[in-house]
Amino acid sequence: MRVEDLVRDLAPQVLGALVRRHGQFDACEDAVQEALLTASERWPVDGVPDNPRAWLTTVASRRVVDDVRSATARRRREETAAALAGLAPDTPAPERAPGVDDSLVLLFLCCHPAVTPASQVALTLRAVGGLTTAEIAAAFLVPDATMGARISRAKQQIRAAGARFAMPPAPERSARLAVVLHVLYLVFNEGYTATSGDALVRTDLASEAIRLTRMLHRRLPDDGEVAGLLALMLLTDARRPARTGPEGDLVPLAEQDRSRWDHDLIAEGTALVGAALTRPPLGPYQLQAAIAALHDEAADTDSTDWPQIAALYTVLDHIAPNPVVSLNRAVAVAMTDGPEAGLCLLDELDDGPLATQHRLPAVRAHLLELAGDADAARGYYRLAAQRTASSPERRYLLARAATPGGHGPPTTPKGTT
Amino acid sequence: MKFLLVLHNNPAVLEALGPDEQQKLMDGHGAFIEATQASGELVVTQALGDPSQSAVVRVRNGVPVVTDGPYLEAKEFLGGYYLVDVADRDRALELAARIPDASIDQLGVEVRPVMFEAGLEM
Repeated sequence: MRVEDLVRDLAPQVLGALVRRHGQFDACEDAVQEALLTASERWPVDGVPDNPRAWLTTVASRRVVDDVRSATARRRREETAAALAGLAPDTPAPERAPGVDDSLVLLFLCCHPAVTPASQVALTLRAVGGLTTAEIAAAFLVPDATMGARISRAKQQIRAAGARFAMPPAPERSARLAVVLHVLYLVFNEGYTATSGDALVRTDLASEAIRLTRMLHRRLPDDGEVAGLLALMLLTDARRPARTGPEGDLVPLAEQDRSRWDHDLIAEGTALVGAALTRPPLGPYQLQAAIAALHDEAADTDSTDWPQIAALYTVLDHIAPNPVVSLNRAVAVAMTDGPEAGLCLLDELDDGPLATQHRLPAVRAHLLELAGDADAARGYYRLAAQRTASSPERRYLLARAATPGGHGPPTTPKGTT
Repeated sequence: MKFLLVLHNNPAVLEALGPDEQQKLMDGHGAFIEATQASGELVVTQALGDPSQSAVVRVRNGVPVVTDGPYLEAKEFLGGYYLVDVADRDRALELAARIPDASIDQLGVEVRPVMFEAGLEM
């Protein structure tokens, strides 16, 4: 395992242990980030210690102890001052929750209602996902400084709200669960399609998202959306072995060697989504999982049940409107009713948030190629290649741009892989 | 020299303060603790519980009898104190003047010298 994978995997465990020991989520989170940074500098040179988790915990703990010491002294002083002023000091008793997975408690803490949704996602990716601020910024297409400020704000908001390191009370849990699911979804996507850098797949993040979602599913087995999200991840991850070529290049869904798909994962995901669909209310993750299952069950692109997929995307677009869903629906419609029908749907997205991203021109290029307009397709492939921050995607898009139209099998763009 | 800076609380006076003044009072104590800790003059400070929680023990004919405190009706009661170790009485008075209670109408800070003490070294 690469050093950066290892430290990222250990991040939430170390942070959980630290917060349990010291309290002070804010200070602990900073200390863990510093310790992770130290590790990623020193381990490649000095070698990985025998017990990396203990090493990180010790280093982070040392950093946090001084902070906590002065904070404890300050708190005592404040409490005494309040009592001397004749006011009752507010001293909530620390709560211990033995047997609760720290990563799960961290998840709910990062998804605290006092924090704005964008900051919840950012903080979760850093504190639980172990991503650096730069990686999170890339995932959300904002400058590093913006993301750094967003994370600081998140921690201030959590501190100001007086949030405790404990599972939220039952009445709040379902609303907060929706945010947790969204965050896990984004972590998985970040892991499955690294938004920047040379590696297409950041294995540990996808696995970490699956690990956390499995844990959630074990705790909430009757929640259809938790099961739906887990199914979606498994059905998507099942294609991972076929998704990259020997050079680490992107292989689109239509060209993948489906015998290399992980059929155990497909069986597990299909069973999960089948059961989840029987548990209303129907949510976006169940629908996306159902779509993924239809892809995974098909022997090839031609035998894929595109009308059913287009219908599911229409429902999805209705209950959870989202430009990426509209983009994928356009692809399914193109496969059902022809590329021109798909291109018409794309025109509606030109004024939306996707207008400046790489996916819209990539899909447009693909549909233009299917429609036989090779020249226009090349232009859009090149535009998409300029916009993506992922090297394998750029190589793939440039290769498409260099290929005259009509050669090679029809491809399904990244949106549905 | 050790002096006890005694705070006589008066709930009616404290409750009449606005939230800002209460906060100022609290912050003032915080700053006082910090300053006297830094100068090494603060030995200890204690804030006492509400008199409603007081008990009085009397032993009569060898039998202890515990009753609620008779101080509930009192307007003022001992709220807490600072024990400071200072160069002289003037410094103790100077410190007392810096305790926020000293500046509040109808409140003051009592400064009493410590005559003898028995501590852990006994």
